[in-house]
Amino acid sequence: MLDDVAIKVRQNVGIVTAVLLFSILYVLYNLAHPRGFSSAVLVQNGNEIFALAMVAMAQTVPVLASGLDLSVGAVMTMVGCFASYLLTGAAAGAPLHLDIFGLHLALGTFPGGITGILLGIVLCLAIGTAAGFINGCVVVYGRIQPIIATLATGAVYIGIALFLRPTPGGKIDEDLNWALTNSLGDFAATVHIFDDGAAGWFAPIAWIPVPFVLIVLIALLVWVPFRRSVLGRAVYAVGSAEGAAYMSGLPIDRAKIAAFTLAGFFAGCGGLFLAIQTSSGNADIPQAGAYTLNSIASVVIGGTSLLGGTGSAIGSIFGAMVLRVISFFFRIFDIAPLLQPLFEGLILLAAVSIGALGVLRVKNTLELFR
Amino acid sequence: MNSASLSLSRDDRPILIAALFILVILAAGTVYTFARFGSAPLLSPTYLLQQLQIGAFLGVVAAGMMIVILIGQIDLSVPWTLAAAAMMATSIGGPLAIPVGLAIGLLVGLVNGIGVAYLRVPSMIFTLGVNAVMRGLMVAHTGGYAPQTAATDLMRTLASDRTLGIPHALFVWAAVSVLVVVMLQRTALGRYIYAIGNKEAAAYLAGVDTRRVTVICFVICGGAAALAGVLLAGYSTKAYQGMGDAYLLPAIAAVVIGGTNILGGRGRYLGTLIGVVLIVLLNSVLSIMEMPEAGRQVIYGLVIIFMLLVYGRGERVVS
Amino acid sequence: MPSVPPTQQAFLALSGISKRYAGVRALEGVDFACERGKIHAVLGENGAGKSTLIKIIAGVVQPDAGTMRLAGNEVSFASPSAANAAGVVCIFQELSLMPDLSVADNISIASPPRRFGLIDARAQRRRAEALLAEIGCEDVNPLMRARDLPLSRRQIVEIAKALGKKPQLLILDEATSALTSADVEKVYAMLARLKSEGVAILYISHRMHEVEALADRASVFRNGRHIETFDKGMRSTADIVQLMIGRDIATQYPPKPARKAGRPMLALENLSWEGRLDRISLRIGAGQIVGLGGLDGQGQKSLLLALFGVLRGVSGRVMVEDREVRAGSPAAAKAVGIALVPEDRKTEGLMLPMSIADNLAIASLGAISTGPFVDSAKEDAAVKRAIARLQIKIGAPTDPVSTLSGGNQQKVVLAKWLMTDPRIILLNDPTRGIDVGTKQELYRLMRELADQGAAILFYSTDYDELIGCCDRVAIMYDGRIVRELEGSELTETNIIASALNIDATADGGVAHA
Repeated sequence: MLDDVAIKVRQNVGIVTAVLLFSILYVLYNLAHPRGFSSAVLVQNGNEIFALAMVAMAQTVPVLASGLDLSVGAVMTMVGCFASYLLTGAAAGAPLHLDIFGLHLALGTFPGGITGILLGIVLCLAIGTAAGFINGCVVVYGRIQPIIATLATGAVYIGIALFLRPTPGGKIDEDLNWALTNSLGDFAATVHIFDDGAAGWFAPIAWIPVPFVLIVLIALLVWVPFRRSVLGRAVYAVGSAEGAAYMSGLPIDRAKIAAFTLAGFFAGCGGLFLAIQTSSGNADIPQAGAYTLNSIASVVIGGTSLLGGTGSAIGSIFGAMVLRVISFFFRIFDIAPLLQPLFEGLILLAAVSIGALGVLRVKNTLELFR
Repeated sequence: MNSASLSLSRDDRPILIAALFILVILAAGTVYTFARFGSAPLLSPTYLLQQLQIGAFLGVVAAGMMIVILIGQIDLSVPWTLAAAAMMATSIGGPLAIPVGLAIGLLVGLVNGIGVAYLRVPSMIFTLGVNAVMRGLMVAHTGGYAPQTAATDLMRTLASDRTLGIPHALFVWAAVSVLVVVMLQRTALGRYIYAIGNKEAAAYLAGVDTRRVTVICFVICGGAAALAGVLLAGYSTKAYQGMGDAYLLPAIAAVVIGGTNILGGRGRYLGTLIGVVLIVLLNSVLSIMEMPEAGRQVIYGLVIIFMLLVYGRGERVVS
Repeated sequence: MPSVPPTQQAFLALSGISKRYAGVRALEGVDFACERGKIHAVLGENGAGKSTLIKIIAGVVQPDAGTMRLAGNEVSFASPSAANAAGVVCIFQELSLMPDLSVADNISIASPPRRFGLIDARAQRRRAEALLAEIGCEDVNPLMRARDLPLSRRQIVEIAKALGKKPQLLILDEATSALTSADVEKVYAMLARLKSEGVAILYISHRMHEVEALADRASVFRNGRHIETFDKGMRSTADIVQLMIGRDIATQYPPKPARKAGRPMLALENLSWEGRLDRISLRIGAGQIVGLGGLDGQGQKSLLLALFGVLRGVSGRVMVEDREVRAGSPAAAKAVGIALVPEDRKTEGLMLPMSIADNLAIASLGAISTGPFVDSAKEDAAVKRAIARLQIKIGAPTDPVSTLSGGNQQKVVLAKWLMTDPRIILLNDPTRGIDVGTKQELYRLMRELADQGAAILFYSTDYDELIGCCDRVAIMYDGRIVRELEGSELTETNIIASALNIDATADGGVAHA
């Protein structure tokens, strides 16, 4: 069994490094923070980490299949803008209408209350998933390179987001915002469970921030089953050796579409949360771009090879957290936040360059070109 | 002989389709303006020259980007290479402004090239990191505020003034274009670039120093981005934060719409030129139509997908 | 003739199977059958058609003509998975493992055990362990990634993967070539068990003693034809070698000059690399053609790559005209006058979508340029000269090189290098997949180049060609040069015997080395 553990560690050295790096940085951060190791700090961090963690997971799946999704930030932004209409939580429901080219189309009334919120969440996630599915179809059936295909679809999604929210605005149900962006105790109090969070057994876990719980839940309920599914393994196989995957009779096209679809779902989760957290929808193009780029960085720091076939969305979550913690440090140490992008870039370059040192060990230089 | 014409049409078809699409854009735009304002500004040389002057900055960036895409790589550091060159040029000022600006670009390109060619880090990720570093350096340098320094007179003259009614920026774009065409078609380096993009292993085994060529390509791309930055600063009379952000994706799109294979090895400079013109005209028609940013983005994305689907189908018929 | 005709109870029966690749015949009217509970060896030289035969049976390629029957029913397999579904499982030479997946994943890739719809990792692991135990290789941990295993263990995993598919007909294509001798014993035991369970087994191997030890029956192929099938013990090893060589070869080779070699051009001393090359010493004089022979994968290709500056960490000395040379890259090798026609012309020799002229000029652009500019007049002239010299049949020099036939493509690769005026020419199996006419042109050209003073090192998988073209042939086995054959020693029997590392004696008996 010790053997098995050793093998697992060696195979996941990228993830392990990311986890260790994050743990060290985060402990240091809390030590340096005047209110370190408090629920309040954790909650704040969780809220800042969530969206990037989701987008990083989203990026991981196509990368595992040797693709790249440049639309994850756009999908996130678009879903956030939808959420700012669908999750207003107005008791009487919200009238939905579409104003396009001077036409006014009434689309009926969206239900209010808790039904409305749940329906809205499902709709938002469905929109993200659909966007990912479209990406997959363009790549597989349009035979367009993933980079350029998702660059184009990303522009379309951003366009839709801008159409929905030409200026930042909209509203998110306040209870929903409160419940999801604070600790478990606040969540229980808001949705009136466990004696409003006062139950005795609940106290020891009441301090845990909801965003972290959500990340764990999404990873366990979506990513882990996917990875264990036949389709999920086909994604890895396609990224590892497409020819061998074909010889083994694996569904290559379906695997690729599934990879992009799942990416859309994760990006949708990120957008949904971002909207809930900020209580608004904002079609912020630079922000979308920054999230896409940081998602790639997170994937690499999290130990996933950009060549595909090896890595995990779990690693990318830690990659995202490493990136975020670095920015926390700037706050703590009162370093000009201006230096932040510089350090982010240097860390990214250092990470990939160290990973590239294996190049020096290659004995047959022809292998470099494969 | 038959196959010769096939191979010609394979590279020319996208260019032809893109050129036709430009005509469609012009026609549709003119119909619109005629119906709405009773005029046809799109067909006036003055207006077109003005649009092309703005397009020159994109054109220069796209020329460099094309070189890198031809060897099967990509340069995502263009936005902040451009901005850094502009900022350093304006803050140095004087006669050294332009040389310093360009040197910044060449240096960034050198770093990119070394990372990609010698460390073999995927260019996608390495240039992304370099972009972040450049952004960090510039933000630290300017304190995050708009730089107070102004472009030198020479920069303004190059970017804004006209001779014989033709904007100088167009001359610069033309000069860059001539250089690129000569390099791609007439020099050994040009052959090596296409060879590497087609099959790096075969080029390597033919005794081509593939690493050196890769570095040179990134240096060229960095230099082009820097030139565009210097020009843009001259045009706007100053450098500003994020001035390069609007150039990355349109440059890639122009190259791809011009028929250059995103995986490298194939594509003609004329195509990139037409791709740039297409994007510039599409933008100006959309602004005449007062299309909101939302609609622009959607149309923009759909045009790229549409064009690639059309090219792709043609290719399958050939094969 | 101790030949056994296809019988009614044959499990697999082929009749009239033919296959051509780009006009080159690979199989011609082959009738072949094998039975349950028998190990059936398929023998033949490189290029005799064995690989094509098993690719057809395993569904990798489809025959141009002929029918295939499995247990009496006519079948045709559109893909390897279709063949697997019918119980036909092949262990290929080229590994079909996904390097980043674990051993357990790879073994169960086609139909993993599932629980609640998801892959059951524990069951999958138990399955892998059971299958590996069946071969007797419990030491392979199923959690390991295929990438991290040595080649010999990967081959074991391939075998376990095939076993897991419950084959009715198991095909092993050189499946033991990378195994250690201990593992070979285990695989033998496994095959014996499968045989007793009634599985039909097709066994392809170059190792004659393996065939003797294992096979119940053997079929010899030559030049794409089925020559003879016989039962165990009906033929001596010497007979079999004779059958494999045949007498129907009538290729013309240019006459070899009687003169002795000129000044030494290339001398290797104790060249070693990564355990794949083992203290190689070899001398080639100006005007000499030296062949590299032996079975596939004994280090011949590595040797050529080492000389061309592709491999890192090569120890030993390389002397070119008495001056020590350390070429660290193909560019450096080119600079000292070395040329290499690489193994795979489609991925290493040519930029297929580019024009013939571009491909020809790519290695000699330095010589036809003025400063950075390519002198197009010089280029056109040089390209025309090269095309004329090698009589390359083309439409126009601007055509993509992909439009040419295989033979003409290979001529382009060679012509590209001749434009650099090389002193030393390394050829990696340049005639593979090329029609006879072009082959003869290449032979003539090689001799012509040698006569003009070049030194040529020529690796070929075709023994006949080595005998016909070379002044001397070095036979490699396991990274070493085991024998150099020259003059009257240079016979097919000697080459095959040295290649198999057996010692064929004059009376036809065979002793194992």
